[in-house]
Amino acid sequence: MSTPSSRQGKPRAVNESMRRVVNESGIEIKPLYTAEDVAATAPLDLSRPGEPPFTRGIHPLMYRHRPWTMRQYTGFANAADTNNRFKYLIANGQTGLNVAFDLATQCGYDSDAPEAMGEVGRVGMAVDTLRDFEIAFDGIDLDAITVSLTVNGSAAILIAMYLAMAEKRGYDIAGLRGTAQNDILKEFIGRGTWIFPVGPSVKLVADTIEYCAKVAPKYSPVSVCGYHIRESGATPAEEMGYAFSIAKAYTDAALARGLDIDEFAGRLSFNFNIFGNLFEQVAKFRAGRRHWAKIILDQYGAKQPSSGWLRMIAGGGGFGLTIEQPENNIMRGAYYALIAALGGAQTMALCCYDEAYTIPTPKAQRLSLRTMQLLIEEIGLADTVDPLGGSYYIETLTNQMEEKILEAMRWVDEQGGIVKAVAEGKIQARVSEYAYKRQLALEMGTLRKVGVNCYKDSEQEKPNVELHPYEEMAANEQIANLRGTKAARDNHAVERTLEMVRDEARAGRNVMPALMQAVKAYATVGEITCTLVDVYGRFEEPTKLWRKVA
Amino acid sequence: MSERNIKILLAKPGLDGHDVGAKVVVQALLDAGFDVTYTGLRQTPEAIVRAARKENVDVIGLSILSGSHIPLCRKLRDLMIDDGLHDKLWIVGGNIPESDRMVLKQLGYRGVFPTGSRTEDIVSFIRENVR
Repeated sequence: MSTPSSRQGKPRAVNESMRRVVNESGIEIKPLYTAEDVAATAPLDLSRPGEPPFTRGIHPLMYRHRPWTMRQYTGFANAADTNNRFKYLIANGQTGLNVAFDLATQCGYDSDAPEAMGEVGRVGMAVDTLRDFEIAFDGIDLDAITVSLTVNGSAAILIAMYLAMAEKRGYDIAGLRGTAQNDILKEFIGRGTWIFPVGPSVKLVADTIEYCAKVAPKYSPVSVCGYHIRESGATPAEEMGYAFSIAKAYTDAALARGLDIDEFAGRLSFNFNIFGNLFEQVAKFRAGRRHWAKIILDQYGAKQPSSGWLRMIAGGGGFGLTIEQPENNIMRGAYYALIAALGGAQTMALCCYDEAYTIPTPKAQRLSLRTMQLLIEEIGLADTVDPLGGSYYIETLTNQMEEKILEAMRWVDEQGGIVKAVAEGKIQARVSEYAYKRQLALEMGTLRKVGVNCYKDSEQEKPNVELHPYEEMAANEQIANLRGTKAARDNHAVERTLEMVRDEARAGRNVMPALMQAVKAYATVGEITCTLVDVYGRFEEPTKLWRKVA
Repeated sequence: MSERNIKILLAKPGLDGHDVGAKVVVQALLDAGFDVTYTGLRQTPEAIVRAARKENVDVIGLSILSGSHIPLCRKLRDLMIDDGLHDKLWIVGGNIPESDRMVLKQLGYRGVFPTGSRTEDIVSFIRENVR
């Protein structure tokens, strides 16, 4: 017989359980949680889902009413190829679109610009003019499926193109739904597709918020991204805290235009990451929901409860995936999807298992889609609201994560606010320092990663991944099409509308109405960007903040 | 190279905004005691060559994760040779598939460090290969 009490003189199990465990956000994890821990960390939160502060979810019935939107990140080569892939995903049950643009489009260059060499259509779809949007969404009902545009530096131009395309097709843009990422402040911290200096960049975001509030009030002009800040090195609590600091900066800029908080706050949305410890991430989402509601309803005094909703896409998890043993990423993706579902995400997207290597194959994208569908259809994730709510561990961690989120926001305030911290490169330096420590921990093995620093294959197996070829032909075709569009358009109208854009930018007025005119005249992304650069200038990256840390 | 510190330029050519890896490597090289200049994002090949000249570096490191490493490395190779930087150590890191590694080595990039490489391997490669 071997009972625990008979194993005297073998303290190994006890020592093991008493190993110190600290999560990434810096919270020490106890071996056991009880009601006392919940009570000791915050006043009891008995709010119901759909009631402020929305800890358990922004809707009363959550997935019981409607499961999360499935929105895989898609786009490559040109508009025609991307349109085909969109239709493939919709046929397979995808419920939203999430458009990937190539780097030239995202950085404001036309496909025939020297800067675009080798990049046209590589990491996303190439867009030069409104014509590309007309082709990309051809045959797709924009009322039946919502479209999310993953673009930031050139977002104002692409939002104008989307609205103009919908208008041309006869949609009433006053009722049009959809989202643009359009979170430029995080681009300076991670992801890097900035164009203009920080000040004018924030001004352009405010332009889009103001314009949409007046003209397309159902459209979500900004999706504030903790996601890329986390990818760049931030902890889960910092991810959420920095995102809130950014969202507050946009909110302040919109209020300064004379908008009422309830006119736009409900259309702000968020984008968060899902790799890492499951309980820490779920607590992050619950704490984030609670804290954002407090910010908007208590600090900004919004009257409509829905203004305080933390509507979010939770997804990706790119940093968590590995080059080594790529099939493991299929399992990681499944756990990450579980995290997003337990966290109460409105929309979900998963990185595909082959994405550390390549643009995903249709099969890999279908696997990601099936992962989410499995959770709904077989595993019971859409049956009841906030299934982890009431767990002593999750409730305690939710309270503690809220404290950590506040701590991150306080740090930003101490730097003089997010706009200053970004312009001076302070937040970038802080986030990269953490990324470096994370890398060292991976190399030393103190941060465990399966297939990378433990359970490695003895022999390097050739990964079974099909690489997406770069289509030089598609790039050349794109350039030919651009020249064709330029030859066919009314160049006087282009010049006239670009002049309008320049005048409005110079006068410091909202440029969106002029951008709408310019895109309708088939002015190119590059032409419009150059016009704005003439007025605003270009961002210069602070690169001299390095110091030894080890 | 005992008389002075090894000098390194780390550059991000092209439009790719993935700079987590580049910044981690900058930090690791600094901690290893090298002199490091980081260009920041979105550098043209011409600007990188100018910076390498100006800083008089021993090592030119490129970080590219968008997949456009071959066209960019080819263009930079031509410029570096024209500019007399052929005797410097050229290294490249990023999202580089197995099948492209030999191509880059043939172009003259003696060190190729795909995603997942250890920073200490990059440090020792530089120590061993700077003439």
